[in-house]
Amino acid sequence: MAKTLYDKLWDSHLVQQRDDGSALIYIDLQLLHEVTSPQAFEGLRLHGRKPWRLTSSLATPDHNVPTTVEERKSGVNGIADPVSKIQVTTLDDNCDEFGITEFKMTDIRQGIVHVVGPEQGATIPGMTVVCGDSHTSTHGAFGALAHGIGTSEVEHVLATQCLVQKKMRNMLVRVDGELSPYVTAKDVVLAIIGEIGTAGGTGYAIEFGGSAIASLSMEGRMTVCNMAIEAGARVGLIAVDQTTIDYVKDRPYAPKGAHWDMAVEAWKDLVSDKDAEFDEVVVLNGADIKPQVTWGTSPEMVIAIDQDIPRPEDQADAVTRDGYARAWKYMGLEGKKTLADITLDRVFIGSCTNSRIEDLRAAAEVVKGRKVADTLTQAIVVPGSGLVKEQAEKEGLDKIFTEAGLEWREPGCSMCLAMNADKLGHGEHCASTSNRNFEGRQGFGGRTHLVSPAMAAAAAIAGHFVDVNELVKH
Amino acid sequence: MRPFTTHTGIAAPLDLANVDTDMIIPKQFLKSIKRTGFGKNLFDELRYEDEGQPDQECTGRPLRKDFVLNQDRYQGTSVLLARSNFGCGSSREHAPWALDDFGIRSVIAPSFADIFYNNCFKNGLLPIVLKEEEVDQLFEEVEANEGYELTVDLENQTVKTPSGTEFSFQVDAFRKHCLLNGLDDIGLTLQQADAIHAYEEKRIQTAPWLFEARAL
Ligand code: SF4
Repeated sequence: MAKTLYDKLWDSHLVQQRDDGSALIYIDLQLLHEVTSPQAFEGLRLHGRKPWRLTSSLATPDHNVPTTVEERKSGVNGIADPVSKIQVTTLDDNCDEFGITEFKMTDIRQGIVHVVGPEQGATIPGMTVVCGDSHTSTHGAFGALAHGIGTSEVEHVLATQCLVQKKMRNMLVRVDGELSPYVTAKDVVLAIIGEIGTAGGTGYAIEFGGSAIASLSMEGRMTVCNMAIEAGARVGLIAVDQTTIDYVKDRPYAPKGAHWDMAVEAWKDLVSDKDAEFDEVVVLNGADIKPQVTWGTSPEMVIAIDQDIPRPEDQADAVTRDGYARAWKYMGLEGKKTLADITLDRVFIGSCTNSRIEDLRAAAEVVKGRKVADTLTQAIVVPGSGLVKEQAEKEGLDKIFTEAGLEWREPGCSMCLAMNADKLGHGEHCASTSNRNFEGRQGFGGRTHLVSPAMAAAAAIAGHFVDVNELVKH
Repeated sequence: MRPFTTHTGIAAPLDLANVDTDMIIPKQFLKSIKRTGFGKNLFDELRYEDEGQPDQECTGRPLRKDFVLNQDRYQGTSVLLARSNFGCGSSREHAPWALDDFGIRSVIAPSFADIFYNNCFKNGLLPIVLKEEEVDQLFEEVEANEGYELTVDLENQTVKTPSGTEFSFQVDAFRKHCLLNGLDDIGLTLQQADAIHAYEEKRIQTAPWLFEARAL
């Protein structure tokens, strides 16, 4: 029978199928970070259990690490916030105790787990990947079955190398056609979420396909899969092709020699069969997608840059109307008609959605030779890993940013969720390349607008949202 | 894990769709390395006027009067009525930990986000999906009747209202079994160690690169 990519990945990891529909699924790689792992290690200790297979885990602190050069100088000891410091120290201690490979704060390979895994070649096609973080869907860009799990499951995978799962349904989101200039992977995925909604993918594994998706680089594909969870799907997937294989080749953890050849041969099958059936198919035309900006407090509250902000009173459905009214109030939109009417306070370029080298290049290209608007309080660029930072500096991107008036920071999650000192003040508007615009996400009372790196860069220059195409014309 | 069989308790209506995990427990409280103590910060931004800090004493903080769980009639709530897509957002298990620590034993909604739904079962908390119109009816009844209590019966898979109306709900057989008996998932899986070893032995033949000692 014809299978989808998800079916194939599921089948090749099935340890045991149970009559009640649940199954034991084998996990090849678990990524660990400081926030969702302490209680899992504690659980292992309490029950006297050991990790099942040590080489399947890779850890790095990211959520709560500071991003200023000053605080980062002395590693974990430099963390000013004592509570954050305990959490990072706990990760270090747990990894040392159990023998798990960890890129500690002073290691150049440290960074956001979802940037680090692929960058190291730890994430490869055909794997199952889990992490106590919902954006684990990112790794699906490699044709890997990857999803976020809770802390009890982190412990379960450490102890048993397996997860108890139920098979999801298959959804195909196909984006055909060619993308316009400055329309990026971020705009594509925001447009998809705008189309299907934040619960549209609940219960599904979404495969992203079509020529517009195939034309994306691996960085772009990761951006798309990263936000599958924002459409409600734990799993996002993209078929393996030459772009995937070229990206993985020669990375430190990638297979080598004869194993590499064997692997590449096997990976050719990591595509949905031609006549595979999906439970749901959604089609978008890539050529119709314009740069996207979220106006509200949910990723589905998104519009193209040239659209008017939708008003609550125009909504037919009562629950939507209430939701919009609440979002309008929280976002302070009274008296505003278009996105350009919103005065920005901060700009954040970073997060596991958009902190890879290609994202930084796109932002640098826009700000080069320009100056950040003086109405802004702050604009920061936070690379996704130490290696991204190093590469960017080699290319001189850091200079371009600092000359334009943006701050160049050390790697970590930073203002994406504001667990460290990088956060929004009450009522402040931020153009952010991250993935969640929930109330309070980037700081108590903070107002987040999700955009691509190029759009964030353009917003930094203008001080408000503009179509990056317009900005670069001048 | 604490078993869940039946539970009767005060219900409260949280009339908001897409309640995300950042609302349930804001990130500053995720710095804890423990599983307990999150209850006082459940719904922190909806519940208090000020910005909460980890390790802060919460008894003197100014409360938002309009927030449902702050109202007198809903004190002691243990069954939360919610709207669609409850628990969307992050995978943080701190969300069910906070609900549990606050005293919530069951959440009833028309739909839940996947990861949150799953995390509830690991913590003796029962998420129940009822039809949209059934949830609407419960919202109306709870708002109209002070002291409104619901009885949640996992064995029979029903939610019973004070007037005796019963709504039935679906739950996965394996999850139900674990929750009814308070079983430790990991212990159960480890009973299948032979099957896991057998899988590994087979897999290493066809995909040996996945089993390389890939440490640097
Ligand atoms: S960058 Fe943001 S979304 Fe990504 S893992 Fe870190 S906190 Fe989560």
